[in-house]
Amino acid sequence: MTDKERLDLYARTLRVRKIEEAIADLYPGQEMRCPVHLSIGQEVTAVAVCSNLKKSDYVFSNHRCHGHYLAKGGDLKRMLAEIYGKAAGCTGGFGGSMHLVDEAAGFMGAVPIVAGTIPIAVGAAFKFKMRKEKRVSVAFFGDAAVEEGVFHEAANFAALHKLPVLFVCENNLYAVYTPLRERQPEQQICGLARAHGIPSSQLHEGDLFDLSGKLRGAVAHVRSGKGPAFVEIFTYRWREHCGPGYDNNIGYRTCEEFESWKSRDPLERTAAILRKAGVLDAETEQRLEKKIAAEIGEAVKFSKAAPFPTRKDYDKRAYA
Amino acid sequence: MRNSDRKIKYSQAVNEAVSQCMESDPAVFIIGEGVPDPKGIFGTTLGLKEKFGSARVMDMPVSENGVTGIMIGAALAGMRPVMTHQRMDFMLYAMDQLLNNAAKWKYMFGGRSVPLVIRTIIGRGWGQGAQHSQNFQALFAHIPGLKVVMPATAYDAKGLLVSSIEDDGPVIFIEHRWLHDTVDYVPEEIYRVPLGKCGRPRSGDALTIISHSYMTIEALKAAGILEKEGIFADLIDLRTVKPLDLASIFRSVKRTGRLLVLDDDWKTGGVAAEIIASVAENGRLKLKKPPARITLPDVPTPTSPALSKFYYPGTKEIISKAAELLGLNNGKKLKLLSRIPANILQDVPDRSFTGPF
Repeated sequence: MTDKERLDLYARTLRVRKIEEAIADLYPGQEMRCPVHLSIGQEVTAVAVCSNLKKSDYVFSNHRCHGHYLAKGGDLKRMLAEIYGKAAGCTGGFGGSMHLVDEAAGFMGAVPIVAGTIPIAVGAAFKFKMRKEKRVSVAFFGDAAVEEGVFHEAANFAALHKLPVLFVCENNLYAVYTPLRERQPEQQICGLARAHGIPSSQLHEGDLFDLSGKLRGAVAHVRSGKGPAFVEIFTYRWREHCGPGYDNNIGYRTCEEFESWKSRDPLERTAAILRKAGVLDAETEQRLEKKIAAEIGEAVKFSKAAPFPTRKDYDKRAYA
Repeated sequence: MRNSDRKIKYSQAVNEAVSQCMESDPAVFIIGEGVPDPKGIFGTTLGLKEKFGSARVMDMPVSENGVTGIMIGAALAGMRPVMTHQRMDFMLYAMDQLLNNAAKWKYMFGGRSVPLVIRTIIGRGWGQGAQHSQNFQALFAHIPGLKVVMPATAYDAKGLLVSSIEDDGPVIFIEHRWLHDTVDYVPEEIYRVPLGKCGRPRSGDALTIISHSYMTIEALKAAGILEKEGIFADLIDLRTVKPLDLASIFRSVKRTGRLLVLDDDWKTGGVAAEIIASVAENGRLKLKKPPARITLPDVPTPTSPALSKFYYPGTKEIISKAAELLGLNNGKKLKLLSRIPANILQDVPDRSFTGPF
């Protein structure tokens, strides 16, 4: 990766962080009248996976989808307008934060039902194989999704038919407030995929470039037609499960645990690498932040000014 | 009629029902995603783990279908599980086990039944969208073998939940999120409200308004406004939508001759349709006007607040429809509508109307 490419990748990750923080700041204004599940702390995972994808590849996601959407190239204005419930939003105000979509960017949809899009991603991969297209379908999901039967059914089918699907399990250790240890026996989640005959690896978030490099092989394997691959990436959600604030005070996780993850902020570690390499100086950092802030400011202004959908927009919408 | 001097929230009433059933029967236990977590399913399970221990108050893997089957097995073997879902949308994974096994076991084998309660929570508002706010009462009411309970008040929530846990068959117990913070007079001791019997929160002769769960709150608001104009509606709160208390419905409709049914669910094939069909089938009931229903439109839930105001029916729709049924002139109808407090938001609960009702 050239310095320019590395800087660009960092900027994309920083952008996700700043957008999520802007949403957290704006949310108390009660104009964004839908639940939001922020990906702050988990941005690197999304960007590292998508840095190995092409525009024509597909990504499917879950409730915590902002990072995935943005990393795949989803339009920011249409995302914010969606969260504001506006007709200019990416679904026209019908979905909200949990149902982002930008088909032009290959971001094919997100739904909040746990594991809900895993078989959908496998189905898209089924099409790619049937039509002999060299494309990759990606399913992002959390650690609880492998507790659903539908994950295992979809994984079996994908392995059986050697489908070009990459399963990305973002293991952030909690399902809402329930820790992994209260939901699964001591095991490696990626071992479950291995049992289905799918090559699997366990990755730590680390820094962006390290993670992106490790994912390159998995994506190449999938694209080559050898069948699915599974990656389990350890990551951590900083903010509350749902909403703009922090929830360390309610007692389901310790402040020490939170601080230990926060102090290893993958975004900051990535910045440190670039600083050390002389690629990111204070001036560049400022320039990046200013550019992102301007883009966010414009998107917020656009979203607030955009008109709401009207009743006639929904009457016939449910049928083809 | 006041049942007690003690006022508690609906969420506390649910909590107390589970707690008292667990005290009186060691076969009762509660399981569900988030049951022992710090928020305790909107407060309905707070403190239970401390009281009964983690062997009877437990979390579960995010495996709705499998765990439902496991609870059916435990119930068949002699336990009385209370399984809890924070949102009804997530329990669709469990439809196979509920419809094919829980509902049919007694019928298929003629012996053991499945004393299982599924507590499941519905809601409206705050941009929950297509997969986070669905009300499936009609879907479950359609299935022979399942009972479907939908309490509107804290008093009924406690009494109906005790009856549901003590019932020998599977019961789908549906709570509405907007009711959890409402209050009512609730006795401290354990008591039962029978399944299959409706409540009658207001009586009158002008028209029959039938509702359940959250729509009963909207019906009460509307009835209060009608009363100010000297119109007394007969309110029937179904409490259970399967089985339906048709005898009470028929008695009321026979007296009033005007029927309005409210149902927070889609129109086609819904509970409201079933009630109106049952009234129509009854040859002895003469209606003065065609029966009416207020339901959700036949489209999935929108997210934008601009659309939820069309989507969710409330006091205004009830008053308008009641005025039509009563043949009121436009002036009278507008006078009634003008009594509805302004600035009521459609996507958050009305904090000015929380009971006791």
